[in-house]
Amino acid sequence: MSNILTVFKRELASYFATPVAYVFIVIFLLLAGAFTFYIGNFYQTNQADLLPFFTFHPWLYLFLVPAVSMRLWSEERKSGTIELLLTLPITMWQAVVGKFLAAWAFIGIALALTFPIWITVNYLGSPDNGVIFASYLGSFLMAGAFLAIGSCISACTRNQVVAFILTVVVCFLFLLAGYPLVLNAISVIAPQGLVDAVSGLSFLSHFAAIAKGVIDLRDLVYFGLTIAFWLYASAVVIDLKKAD
Amino acid sequence: MIETRQLSKRYGEFTAVDAITFKVEPGQVLGFLGPNGAGKSTTMKMIAGFLGPSSGSASVCGHDVVDDALAAKRVTGYLPEGAPSYGEMTTRAFLNFIAEARGIRGARRAQRVEEVIERLHLHNVLEQSIETLSKGFKRRVGLAQAIVHDPAVLILDEPTDGLDPNQKFEVRNLINAMAKDKTIVVSTHILEEVQAVCTRAVIIARGKILADATPAELEARSRYHQAVSLTTTNLAGAKDVLARVADVAAVEYDTITRRLTAIPKPGRQIFAPISELLQAQGIAVSELQLESGRMDEVFRTITHGDLGEDLAEEARA
Repeated sequence: MSNILTVFKRELASYFATPVAYVFIVIFLLLAGAFTFYIGNFYQTNQADLLPFFTFHPWLYLFLVPAVSMRLWSEERKSGTIELLLTLPITMWQAVVGKFLAAWAFIGIALALTFPIWITVNYLGSPDNGVIFASYLGSFLMAGAFLAIGSCISACTRNQVVAFILTVVVCFLFLLAGYPLVLNAISVIAPQGLVDAVSGLSFLSHFAAIAKGVIDLRDLVYFGLTIAFWLYASAVVIDLKKAD
Repeated sequence: MIETRQLSKRYGEFTAVDAITFKVEPGQVLGFLGPNGAGKSTTMKMIAGFLGPSSGSASVCGHDVVDDALAAKRVTGYLPEGAPSYGEMTTRAFLNFIAEARGIRGARRAQRVEEVIERLHLHNVLEQSIETLSKGFKRRVGLAQAIVHDPAVLILDEPTDGLDPNQKFEVRNLINAMAKDKTIVVSTHILEEVQAVCTRAVIIARGKILADATPAELEARSRYHQAVSLTTTNLAGAKDVLARVADVAAVEYDTITRRLTAIPKPGRQIFAPISELLQAQGIAVSELQLESGRMDEVFRTITHGDLGEDLAEEARA
């Protein structure tokens, strides 16, 4: 546990030692605001809720989370520090989880900094804060799932641009897994059972459920399992590709 | 103590390290010599626990590097090739991180970090981010992280690569100072370094150990072992003298350094007869030197011999 904490602290501090953190947070807040007010028509809907705000999070994450995750492992590989990290007396999973948690906490900080919009909506009306809390939780979990995918893909290559693009593509497929774009393609080659299974993997539908304020155990388990699976895959990939 | 048994690493068809077996005891500094791509780094990476062996095994202080990886890593200090470090961190933050990850905490951490800062003269760059440091300082930071936990075993992959002569001298002194109670493996392709720091040299090429001996023993394999070199203005007279000494096998003249070198027949001493005869003939020499052997020549003979065989094999095939 203390090893995870050591890796976590170093990693999180490294975000703030470079402009990455500040650029990311500013862009995230600007875009979240712009989407909410201009595309989501926050004022015009005349509703005291944050639906226009949360609706766009999946699309925001689609491009911003890969920008955070792309450097997770590919930078370690490129600079050779992976050799340093993995010859310390810490286990592979401690390194993978520590780095992942740091990236997740970083996005959590960015998400928490959207609190003015919560204050705004409470000032303007009396929203259901329980729903808002659930939406924040759902948004955070979804960000974690995106990040875990990004962690694995970042472990596959030492090129950050490649990692970014591939992560966007894979995350996009997971977002739309329940939608015709993906399902039609799969139904051509796979039996109906698999098509149903894939449609159940959609980030959007699981997020939508939580964002409505319904914290269903199945949705939590879904995101938890997704994160665990991709982190496990990260460890496997790192182990396989250490040599090159 | 480090022990490897038939340690091998294969990548598909290619064998990077081929059944290497050796043992290094505390107090020994083992120099790993070999051409680029010989398998030096791969061997060190396996002992440090970064790469898993394809077959065979390695252990550090009795801990197997695969089955008991954490215990092995705890007693090992490792400087990877190129001394990688987290560029955005300051020197102090980086050393603190490594110490903490190695389980050194609290007052002891502060004391250990202070000690390595002292040893490697890092005072002036403590608050600087590592990416802004010069190559020499980066290498010293890399060395500092390798010894921060006072490991029993130290694996240094090209510790002096890219350093200026003064820095090389300091790093060698540091290794010598630590050598007493530690087991140290140093890889290098600088031959003078072997003589400066190593008690034992292993030459490897194409994944195989070709020689395992003390630096002095390696030098003794040189055809220049016990050779006599001299510099004189009376070149013809000196050549005449050398030709008259019975045990001289050959005479070479280096047109650049303007030195004459007499190579003895195997096992013979020629220094005394040559100097006596020179004196008797009244030939003035400005320098007369007994050579212990030339490491670079031994290195070339050993590693090229291998290459020669392979070329012959290819030609047959």
